[in-house]
Amino acid sequence: MIATYSDLKDKVILVTGGARGIGKSICLALAEQGAHVVFNYRGDEAKAAALKEELEAKGGKASALKFDVTDYEAMTKAIDEFTKTVAPISGLVNNAGISKDTLLLRLKPDEISQIIDTNLKGAMMVTQALSRNFLKAQDVSIVHMSSIVGVMGNPSQAAYAASKAGLIGFSISFAKELASRNLRSNVICPGFIATDMTDALAEKAKDEYEKSIPLARFGTTEEVANLTCFLLSRASSYVTGEVIKIDGGLYI
Amino acid sequence: MEMQDKVIKLVSEATKMDAANISTNTSFVDDLNLDSLDMVELMMKMEDEFGVEIPEDETENLKSVGDVVSYLKSKTN
Repeated sequence: MIATYSDLKDKVILVTGGARGIGKSICLALAEQGAHVVFNYRGDEAKAAALKEELEAKGGKASALKFDVTDYEAMTKAIDEFTKTVAPISGLVNNAGISKDTLLLRLKPDEISQIIDTNLKGAMMVTQALSRNFLKAQDVSIVHMSSIVGVMGNPSQAAYAASKAGLIGFSISFAKELASRNLRSNVICPGFIATDMTDALAEKAKDEYEKSIPLARFGTTEEVANLTCFLLSRASSYVTGEVIKIDGGLYI
Repeated sequence: MEMQDKVIKLVSEATKMDAANISTNTSFVDDLNLDSLDMVELMMKMEDEFGVEIPEDETENLKSVGDVVSYLKSKTN
């Protein structure tokens, strides 16, 4: 079930990492609302074209921008070109993220850099690239996809958790910086969500995880997309600087 | 309209300060109480009006209305 927020119709929203998993569900949910969904992709032209078509089939507009969030120059160029020639962007979902699960004592410096550069610095740079555009836009709302691990911690995810916790500090600071311009910035911390990544887990491991979740199941990407739509919409107009867990009670 | 008058008009509109009280000596921070975000927005208005790009690190040097007029003249001539 996807709730409908009428003000999201025609709102132009950039979703980074929108090609799969939670990001893709968010793109689809936003297309259902009639939003103009803008997503980035790194290389696979055919896959990007297919997603654009799938989004447009829902009736709204969709745009695919080719950039990697860690390539600041190319990202800024793509975003500038879009906001200047197509439409100003008034919603952003910083969702692009990677993980490398291993004990800290095995984590290589390069791997730490890759995780921080994508998950944290990437989100900061995309937000910065859009800041001037945001000053001219109305009802700007930003959603950062953190993780329950960013507040709860998890063995073998030290760098990932650090990057996700970093997003919280970034979001609350940016929320304060631009609150006077009616811009809002919030964080979502998903717990275990069923995606291709968790599908790959062994059944036994999944059972174990489910035992630790009070609602006794994994969440769906649609549930995360619902919360994202709410935060992007004016329905949440008095919510800013918030960190919302969506984890079935995992971290109570 | 002279460049200087145009700049003063934009500053007046952005700050709601009477244009008669704004001169080239008017300081953005000391006289008009603009914060850094106000400055960014004001410079964006100047960019739109005059079709020039004012880099962020240049903004730090533009402390008075006169500084902006001189900078814009150097870029539009």
